[in-house]
Amino acid sequence: MAKTARALPNEGQDFAATGVTITPCQPATRVSLRGKVANYARIAGFKLPGEINETTGDKGCHALMLGPDEWLVINTKKTDADLMPGPNVKAYTATDISHRNTGWTVSGPLAETALAVGCPRDLRLEAFPVGACARTIFGKAEVVLLRTSKTSFRVECWRSFAPYTFGLLKEGARDAAL
Amino acid sequence: MKTETQPHRVQRGSLSRARAVEFTFDGKAYGGIEGDTLASALLANGVHLVGRSFKYHRPRGVLSAGVEEPNALVGISRGNARHTPNVRATVQELYDGLTAKSQNAFPTLAMDIGAVNDLMSPVFSAGFYYKTFKWPPKAWDKVYEPFIRRAAGLGEAPTEADPDRYTNRFAHCDVLVIGGGAAGLVAARKAADEGKSVIVADENPTFGGWMLCDSDARIDGKDGPAWAAQIIADLKGRDNVTLLPRTTGFGYFQQNMVALAERITEHMPNPDPDLPRERMWQVRAREVISAQGGIERPLVFPGNDKPGVMLAGAAQTYLNKYGVAVGQTIGVFAACNTAYAAAFDLYEAGCEIAAIIDHRDSVEQHLLDQAKELGIRIIAGASVAKVEGRLRVCAMQVKRHRQEKQEHFEIDALIMSGGWTPSLHLFSQSRGKPRWDADAKRFLPGISPQNLTCVGLCNGADTLAEVFEEASGGTYSPKIEDDVSTEGGMVGACATAGPDAKSKAFVDFQNDVTSKDIRQAVREGMHSIEHVKRYTTNGMATDQGKLSNMHGLAIAADMLDAPIPQVGLTTFRAPYTPTTFGAFVGNAKGALFDPERRTPIDAWAAENGAEFEPVSHWRRAWYFPRAGEDMHEAVDRECQTVRKVAGVFDASTLGKIEVCGPDAAAFMDKLYTNGWSKLKPGRAKYGIMLREDGFIYDDGVVGKLSDTRFHVTTTTGGAPRVLVHMEDYLQTEFPDLDVSLTSTTEQWATIAVQGPKARDIIAPLVSGVDISAKNFSHMSVVECEVCGVPARLFRISFTGELGFEINVPADFGLDIWKQVWARAEPLGACAYGTETMHVLRAEKGYIIVGQDTDGTVTPHDAGLSWAVAKSKPDFVGKRGLMREDLTAEGRRHLVGLETVDPKTILPEGAQIVADPNQPIPMKMIGFVTSSYWSGTLGKSIAMALVEDGFNRVGETLHVPLEDEIVEVKVTGTVFYDPKGEKIDG
Repeated sequence: MAKTARALPNEGQDFAATGVTITPCQPATRVSLRGKVANYARIAGFKLPGEINETTGDKGCHALMLGPDEWLVINTKKTDADLMPGPNVKAYTATDISHRNTGWTVSGPLAETALAVGCPRDLRLEAFPVGACARTIFGKAEVVLLRTSKTSFRVECWRSFAPYTFGLLKEGARDAAL
Repeated sequence: MKTETQPHRVQRGSLSRARAVEFTFDGKAYGGIEGDTLASALLANGVHLVGRSFKYHRPRGVLSAGVEEPNALVGISRGNARHTPNVRATVQELYDGLTAKSQNAFPTLAMDIGAVNDLMSPVFSAGFYYKTFKWPPKAWDKVYEPFIRRAAGLGEAPTEADPDRYTNRFAHCDVLVIGGGAAGLVAARKAADEGKSVIVADENPTFGGWMLCDSDARIDGKDGPAWAAQIIADLKGRDNVTLLPRTTGFGYFQQNMVALAERITEHMPNPDPDLPRERMWQVRAREVISAQGGIERPLVFPGNDKPGVMLAGAAQTYLNKYGVAVGQTIGVFAACNTAYAAAFDLYEAGCEIAAIIDHRDSVEQHLLDQAKELGIRIIAGASVAKVEGRLRVCAMQVKRHRQEKQEHFEIDALIMSGGWTPSLHLFSQSRGKPRWDADAKRFLPGISPQNLTCVGLCNGADTLAEVFEEASGGTYSPKIEDDVSTEGGMVGACATAGPDAKSKAFVDFQNDVTSKDIRQAVREGMHSIEHVKRYTTNGMATDQGKLSNMHGLAIAADMLDAPIPQVGLTTFRAPYTPTTFGAFVGNAKGALFDPERRTPIDAWAAENGAEFEPVSHWRRAWYFPRAGEDMHEAVDRECQTVRKVAGVFDASTLGKIEVCGPDAAAFMDKLYTNGWSKLKPGRAKYGIMLREDGFIYDDGVVGKLSDTRFHVTTTTGGAPRVLVHMEDYLQTEFPDLDVSLTSTTEQWATIAVQGPKARDIIAPLVSGVDISAKNFSHMSVVECEVCGVPARLFRISFTGELGFEINVPADFGLDIWKQVWARAEPLGACAYGTETMHVLRAEKGYIIVGQDTDGTVTPHDAGLSWAVAKSKPDFVGKRGLMREDLTAEGRRHLVGLETVDPKTILPEGAQIVADPNQPIPMKMIGFVTSSYWSGTLGKSIAMALVEDGFNRVGETLHVPLEDEIVEVKVTGTVFYDPKGEKIDG
């Protein structure tokens, strides 16, 4: 049987303007966790955050707390199977959403300004420090934002919103330097 | 520099050394200077006549020098698509090649036939809409409405789509300062000193406000422009301050959200098309400081609207900022002291001051002394009784109060000041209630419910010392010399525009409302200012009464002999000044108007010639026409191919929700009408979801993957609301259930393979499971591999044929579709779209929620009683179903319809009657919900909701259409394979 190929929804979606670069994120394993997740640390290899809008993890793996009982784990290193708990876990549930989301890295000194084209949240460093995350809106699309450095954000949305989200990101990037 | 064409330019103001530009007005070329407004450049060329008034078509000139301008509204054109009507010439910055046109005049501005309205003014008095057009009723359509429509609205809208870009930016700051005059700049500096992040917005191209127009005041020895330049430079140098010129704070919303409109290219001769034309700022500020300043009031006297009559502060602005003298021999009509400053400045610049007429009986000694020194005559206790001149003022008649005798002055401009009105717009928009300052006869900000502070003239500070004190919180008190206070003035009509006056004294210049109109409205019973406003249209033009509200209010109060606050103040509403639709639309146009969602397989459909249709936000393949086929032929072929061979369909848009957790089955039992606890893992079931009231909300097939995990599917359009509905009940009604809900719509690409050869097509691609008829029966689900990728394979059918739905992780969807297609095509199968899907399901009587149901249909009405569990103690909608009217006889039931002539296809939505011969209006007993041509059956088929339909099967009913009445027979809803044998293939 021929090997089945992946077609990425963010393929070729990169853009650069003065002070802002948009690059598509590589495929990642994503798991939505709900419930009491303390034991998931064994699978993740680190403790999950306990405050909404906070993340834990390190390069290549992030756990984002999006709601009172909801976490999003994004891992670019491990496979889907590595990150799903066994069938006997009852304290929490895990759903594989690796292919549901797609994303971009928006970076550069004007990244914050570029996102301000469509995101009403306060993204200034003091309000949204490195490691902060949020499920929020970007224009008419729902996105998850994660600040990975002072000048860099990971922006994720559902895959079918990719053309719209990337289109609006480009508008933001074009206007950020003006 | 074309100074020869600018005879009124004087060596004064900051523009005197700037670059020359050329522009045209009504086709005539003029010279101006960079930094001019269109109004200042026209005045420099001696052009006062710039427009015709809205109702009476009276010749009008430039009245003000700012956003409050009611008269000088022009059309600015950069080609057909970039024509902007009603631009205020007083704020339009001049650029090289600017093309402006006057409005509301035909054939020419100087000779306008519409001016006949002025003579007919008794007909157009207050409330004329309500009176004149009442009778005869028939005249409304033919005469009155067309007339009003033609008369309504000023200027011409552009005829082509707007080619420009607009953009949006959200921003957050500690302090947002609206207004960059003396108060705003000082307040911004104070906040910046405290380390706060500050945004300062000013509607003008340069910060400084009135300081750029004032030639008198000295602050620590510096004149206004020098003082402003210093503080602006200071603010510019700070990292925590953002200065936004050409930016209007026009709307104040909840929780200190303030909307700003920034004009980026309006002043450029050839803007880079890549630049956005405007940018909307949505600023969330911890604190807002309004330093909006004030607006000078005109005086209400006969002929106060003639070209050449102008606000004194405007004349001073044109002189001191733009270097333009508005006349040679100037009359001054004052009710406050600032007009004297304007008069003295004009005198100093070489103009002759005919006289200063003061409406007040006494004038302060220092003004008398200064006037005497300059040889300027002051007539106190007098009013202008008449202004002469048609297209430009040429003389004024002055009448002393309580005397009959009038004095005549030849003039070519008349400047006036009725005092200054604090701008409460943003304060009022913040839901603050203004308070009445009885001594100064003005409204001032009271307490705002939001974190808003008003400083400067908008808060009633009349002197620079007070302004600085307020804006700096007492920390800035420089030495101030020769400041002119803005206190004083009058509200209401002048002595010469009293109740007996015959001539028109204008209160609202843009809407042509006179003092007589206000009085008439009161006489006719309008006692609240809200009624007076609507009856007369005072303050209802695009300037929103910036100049007219206070006068209108005072005249009404005078008529009613009531104090002004008792008559009321109309509410200020956003936007502060007219804001373009472009600014509101921002980036949301073209592809960014709304997200268009596409499936992972969309690209294949596009390459293979699919026609698409929108389904909620999705773009879905509608049908796949082959060369020469129309839609009807393509759908016919697709339908028959699926029934005879097989078809492949992209069902990825189906909503999918993963319901998991220990109580997943218990939760499903609550949310769906049928039972899920007893369903075995590996089995799937059709489920109906009701609302609390018992009506169908959504439906779909649900697969039970394990005791703790369900794969729920919903309708394409219903996916978001079903998840919300589930989440709502989980959180509010069943919080004890340990379940989680996750949208997985986009995790999976779904490929439906339907038809007798479906199994042959997919079998070689599936591994890890036996999908034979025996071991993988209808309504099964299994986790397996398809094309080497983990998949969820369903055996289900929405066509009535043997069918499978392959769910694979979405990134693999396209490739697996291609692999399925590579198997399907050689076997003679087709790809089909949503239209064929609709026909095939209708042939089987499968409903589509939202098409065959409309929110008033119960499962029983839809013939789905079998899917409602009788034994379950509770589910959402169970009690609703027991309501008397939901169990009553004779409800509308979903039935099939066959037209007597099998070739007739009923229109969907057509009404159904029992007796076509009854008189109109007929009793309608139902309507057609779905209707198609069935190529397989060789006849049309339809479904309909019909009163007592289940008991009418076999009856003949009628569908009255526009030109015929179609006879139909009521049938069951299953038209094809009623025994359901095909599905078990």
